[in-house]
Amino acid sequence: MASQTLGAPAKPRFQARLRLRKLLPYIGISTVGLVILLLFLAPLGYMSLTAFKTIIQVRDPHSQWLPSSPVNYTYEGAEYPLLMVPTDDDVRELALVKPGREESDYVDPQNPELGVFTVVGRWRTFDPVYELNPTTDNFPTSWEQVNLGRLFRNTIIIATLGTIGTLLSSVLVAYGFARFRVPGISILFLLLISTIILPRQVTLIPTYIFFRTIGWGGTWLPLIVPHFFANAYNVFLLRQYFRSIPRDLDEAATLDGASPWQVLWHVILPQSIPALIAVGLFHFFFAWNDFFEPLVYLQGREDLYTISIGMTQFNNIFNTQPGLAMAASMMAIALPLIMFFLAQKVFVQGIVVTGVEK
Amino acid sequence: MADKTQKTSGNNIQKRETRWGLLFLSPWLLGFLIFTLLPTLASLAFSFTNYNPLHPDQISFAGFSNYARLFTDPFFRQAIGVTLRFVLISVPFAIIIPLGLALLVNSEHLLGKNIYRTLFFMPSMIPVVVNVMVWRGIMNSETGWLNRMLSFVFGIDGPNWFQDERWVLPALTLMGVWGVGNAMIIMLAGLQNVPTELYDASKVDGATGIQRFRHVTLPIISPIIFYQLVLALIGSFQYFTQAYIVSNGRGDPNGSTMFYNLYLYRTAFNFLDMGYGATLAWVMFVAVLLITIFLFRTQQRWVYYAGGD
Repeated sequence: MASQTLGAPAKPRFQARLRLRKLLPYIGISTVGLVILLLFLAPLGYMSLTAFKTIIQVRDPHSQWLPSSPVNYTYEGAEYPLLMVPTDDDVRELALVKPGREESDYVDPQNPELGVFTVVGRWRTFDPVYELNPTTDNFPTSWEQVNLGRLFRNTIIIATLGTIGTLLSSVLVAYGFARFRVPGISILFLLLISTIILPRQVTLIPTYIFFRTIGWGGTWLPLIVPHFFANAYNVFLLRQYFRSIPRDLDEAATLDGASPWQVLWHVILPQSIPALIAVGLFHFFFAWNDFFEPLVYLQGREDLYTISIGMTQFNNIFNTQPGLAMAASMMAIALPLIMFFLAQKVFVQGIVVTGVEK
Repeated sequence: MADKTQKTSGNNIQKRETRWGLLFLSPWLLGFLIFTLLPTLASLAFSFTNYNPLHPDQISFAGFSNYARLFTDPFFRQAIGVTLRFVLISVPFAIIIPLGLALLVNSEHLLGKNIYRTLFFMPSMIPVVVNVMVWRGIMNSETGWLNRMLSFVFGIDGPNWFQDERWVLPALTLMGVWGVGNAMIIMLAGLQNVPTELYDASKVDGATGIQRFRHVTLPIISPIIFYQLVLALIGSFQYFTQAYIVSNGRGDPNGSTMFYNLYLYRTAFNFLDMGYGATLAWVMFVAVLLITIFLFRTQQRWVYYAGGD
């Protein structure tokens, strides 16, 4: 490098600068990244902090970030607000005893024996003293108001049954597509994939009428049963995965007299655990999130509502009570987020397979 | 049993395999028939009727009157207008933001890349309902952080986001930023597939970072951008949940969130005009199909496929 041509004394400093130049992109990009991340996650910060605020704290014109309240000081049996009062040399925390226009009477909580004294200055321009004063009341209140316990139970039942259904059916269908030579199978596969772009509104009205006619309106069945008939994304994901398992293994098993069921059960599935977890999670999240179908099929059956439509009902109450809304939100996202953090690797892999390979 | 198979001809083995294959495919074949093919056709049939579930016996053939109605229906025009405006505002963000994030978390200079990937992805796991609630809180004109930040940093009064018909679509776009996780992951996978030799070669040729992005990265990930574009466009036509929650299902304020799909829902399930609802659904289907075909037609012009496709 160029450093060799330089004199010996300059060398260490030059190297230090070289090291700095190498470090600079790391510092720059990492700082930019951190700022973007903080902005990106700021709403979560808002949610977590607001969840611990009372309605008064939320509406406080002095807008504290943290859930804090103005402090009062009790003097001779009465409560007076503490203010940050600028005096000659510093800012002191004084209790406002008798507010006046240009000057007011205060008492110093540090030396109450000094008694009431007057300070010149408009008290309205002084900031109140705040102390951290979070409330946890929002959690039980919103839990009861929204009936979150029931919503959770309903959603978990629907999601679990649907997950079982989609796993069972998608595994069978994917196995069929991955391992069997059926005449016209490539056309069938194309048909399967093309259902992805079919908007579900196209099938919605006849399907709705069908379910109503067979008496399934106002039940969970329309939200569960269709998932026992496989869906394109999951079949695609599993098929890709099954195809990556060497055929020699199932051929060997077949020669040993294993039936296709046994091959699926003993050869294919044990090697596909990550893909199975991904499919299961996809469906679980889908069910947790699904809005349209519960809205259409559970109309008027409040006792059957899922999280998504149940919480929407309280939208208007929540709009005026951000504390309650955010507490309910925090409780509603806890389970999905925990599941995501536990299984993020298989999850992300699944997205890559369905997204990139088409 | 083993004896038998050895004696039978290859034709029989093939038959057996077909039988097994069809058996395994049967859940989907059945589901496709019951939940896709028949309803799609039935929906087309309904679009020529005046079906109302309250009076199912009064159903009658309506000819093309539902389709003719589209041309005079001011709400239909409004719904198309809202949807197209939203496409124009939001689709660029739906491409640029995940691409930018993918570039960021792919950068060799970012310390703790994996944590960033997880955290940028995480909000897309948050249920849409909660997403809407949190962002409504953030964008509340009085108590929200966004307007407080705007007035603190820039000294401007932020708009009344969700109550203002001019700002509600940008607000929904901003809210959509939390859902870019999937797109980011897919684009990241694309970026990781860019052969490093190409970068090395371009470095030797003295290309700057921007030139490298423009002439190496972009062409190679263009198929993924294309795929995301198709998804984003189709998604706009199906945009529903956020619009429904924000507007209490009415397209408030003043119809500015009456997205196509929301109008369809109202027609079919609030006004129980299911014949016209089916018409709207089919029009959507045809539109989505045409857009997809159009995009696939134009893709040779700007999408680069390695291996000379």
